[in-house]
Amino acid sequence: MLLKELTELNGVAGMEKPIREALIQALEPSGCAWRIDKIGNLITSRNTLSTAPRVMLSAHMDEVGLMITEIDADGTLKFRTVGVINPRLLVSKAVRLHETLNGVIGSKAIHLQKPAERKKDFTLEQLYIDIGANSKEEAAKQVKVGDYAYFATAFEPLGTGHYKAKALDDRVGCAILAEIMKKDYGFPLYGVFTVQEEIGLRGAQVAAYQVDPAFAVVLEGTAAADLLEDEESAWSTEVGQGPACSIIDSTTLYQPELVQYVKKIAEKNDIPLQFRRGSAGGNDAGKIHLNKSGVPTITLSVPCRYIHSPVSVMAEQDYRDCIRLTEAILRELPYAVMNRT
Amino acid sequence: MKAQADRAKEFLRSLSEISAVSGYEYRLIEQIEAGFRLIADEITQDSFHHVYARKKGSKGTSKIMLAAHSDEIGLMITDVDQRGFLHFTQIAGVDAKTLLGQEVTVHGEQDVPGVIASVPPRALTSDNGQSIIKMEDMRIDVGMPQAQIREVIDVGATVTIRRKMTELLNNRVAGKAFDDRAGIVAMAVCFEELEKMHHLHDVMAVATVQEEVGIRGAGISAYRLAPDLAIAIDVTHASTSDHKNPSIELGKGPAVAIGPNIHPAIAKKLGEIAQENRLSYQFDPNPGATGTDARVIQITQAGIPTGLLSIPLRYMHTSVEMLEMKDVVNTGKLLAYFIASLPEDLEDFLCY
Repeated sequence: MLLKELTELNGVAGMEKPIREALIQALEPSGCAWRIDKIGNLITSRNTLSTAPRVMLSAHMDEVGLMITEIDADGTLKFRTVGVINPRLLVSKAVRLHETLNGVIGSKAIHLQKPAERKKDFTLEQLYIDIGANSKEEAAKQVKVGDYAYFATAFEPLGTGHYKAKALDDRVGCAILAEIMKKDYGFPLYGVFTVQEEIGLRGAQVAAYQVDPAFAVVLEGTAAADLLEDEESAWSTEVGQGPACSIIDSTTLYQPELVQYVKKIAEKNDIPLQFRRGSAGGNDAGKIHLNKSGVPTITLSVPCRYIHSPVSVMAEQDYRDCIRLTEAILRELPYAVMNRT
Repeated sequence: MKAQADRAKEFLRSLSEISAVSGYEYRLIEQIEAGFRLIADEITQDSFHHVYARKKGSKGTSKIMLAAHSDEIGLMITDVDQRGFLHFTQIAGVDAKTLLGQEVTVHGEQDVPGVIASVPPRALTSDNGQSIIKMEDMRIDVGMPQAQIREVIDVGATVTIRRKMTELLNNRVAGKAFDDRAGIVAMAVCFEELEKMHHLHDVMAVATVQEEVGIRGAGISAYRLAPDLAIAIDVTHASTSDHKNPSIELGKGPAVAIGPNIHPAIAKKLGEIAQENRLSYQFDPNPGATGTDARVIQITQAGIPTGLLSIPLRYMHTSVEMLEMKDVVNTGKLLAYFIASLPEDLEDFLCY
């Protein structure tokens, strides 16, 4: 399963290469064209000789992770996060620095914490990676400042119809996009796998500029905070209730007529759909819809619990339905929508 | 030597990756017995799930007890809510700050994998570490609806962190429940060494229960055995950059406890034997009753002369406890050399 392979690879923002290579390998047999741009985006395409308006789908390859910033005298490693990770999630975790080098983020034993310390979270500054080295010199033979560290989380089934994995944000989008690009829809279609979303939507800006699409769909793994028994309004999305269509987030105000269009297509094709509640968060749409003279853009997401953590959870059916919905939109894409400018 | 270290490492891996929260030590019995089968003369159990491995001495006039606890800290399910999330509390000294984002196993009718999350919006916001997320605001997600969960998980089911043992540099390893499965491994190393040596006294290695909830099994098993001399084997805090005192270091050998809880002749002899055999060791001063099986064994029956050897360990009671394999092996060796050096008449030796 491509989704399994993609989530188990390491692709912290700035080192998306392993993801890119796995995607090229997965897509090459289907005959779609591909190239890599100057900052590492993977741009796949079909029917590029047609003069019809271009449609761009995008999913980001990068994930959040850690970067080594200092090797201490005792051989332990200080780090900072690449992208947003709550430091609370880093305590007592195993990490990998490369294929053969493991480390752990330990924490001061509870027996040794003073009463005031016990009531406070560990800050990022207090945490460090221990690879078992005895000295700075020994550690420096294995690691250098600027190296990345990532979680070594396996992709596995969880409960009934769920999966748990790291980096579902946004390998689930990558897997959906790869699935879509295996088929031909008869018009110029660009499947863009972007870099550096987690540090400010930077790959998407460059990709949209090159592709210059008339319509764009961003495919995401978005937050689901559906743990409470009440206060549904705070859930944002709910796992297992179908793909989520965004209405507004901190980077994009989605065009109401496009949102209605998505709703109609979902209803017509009997695909469950939910709207993403809440207005926080952002994604590649923020850069894409402002490209050149503007690009009508929608975002479809698979709801994922606990994104930006060592392990997140999604429902397989949401993933399948998101593929179906994206395909339906592409099949029925009215040129009226794209040509109305 | 390397073969012995590798054997010890694999035994530690197998014990660490099995889950046996206090009260559920029976889950570990088969694995402990497998580790002692070829090196013990007899293996027995009692109704509290202690495992006793016996190694006969040439005279057998006196009895030496070794004790390392088999239980580990963990969590316990308190509720399954309408949305299918599990609420939980702790069994023994768990630091809530080490739980978010962990993969866990819920030990219900069958083992069920899960993930620990916290209730929003606390999960999504940060107040710069000013207040921690409490365990009662955390949930376990097993990806199932409430009705289905109820079929396999009851309130009271235990939960452990799912963690494979990780190999690091310098033959160091990290994982869960090294406290005190590493002590059980050290007892097995001791038995291996005793195979090659002449020793007078019978040795009973006991995997004790319920240490983490108040050092309970050690008293029961010591009472049953009534040994002439006992040594507890546990772990002790090794120094890290944020904790340097006392300065016990990884890789510098077993820590020989000294203090009122420890019989002075035993501590002194352990140090001398280590020196004679060129085993590195460190002294671990304990001004009060220790937080180990030695605390209870010493005052069992009419009192038992008791020692304590501790394996240096970083990040105790997290799921990434770290130790150096050399320390585990040398702890086992020191125990064996000590036992082999004991005179037939212990009374003189223990007189102080």
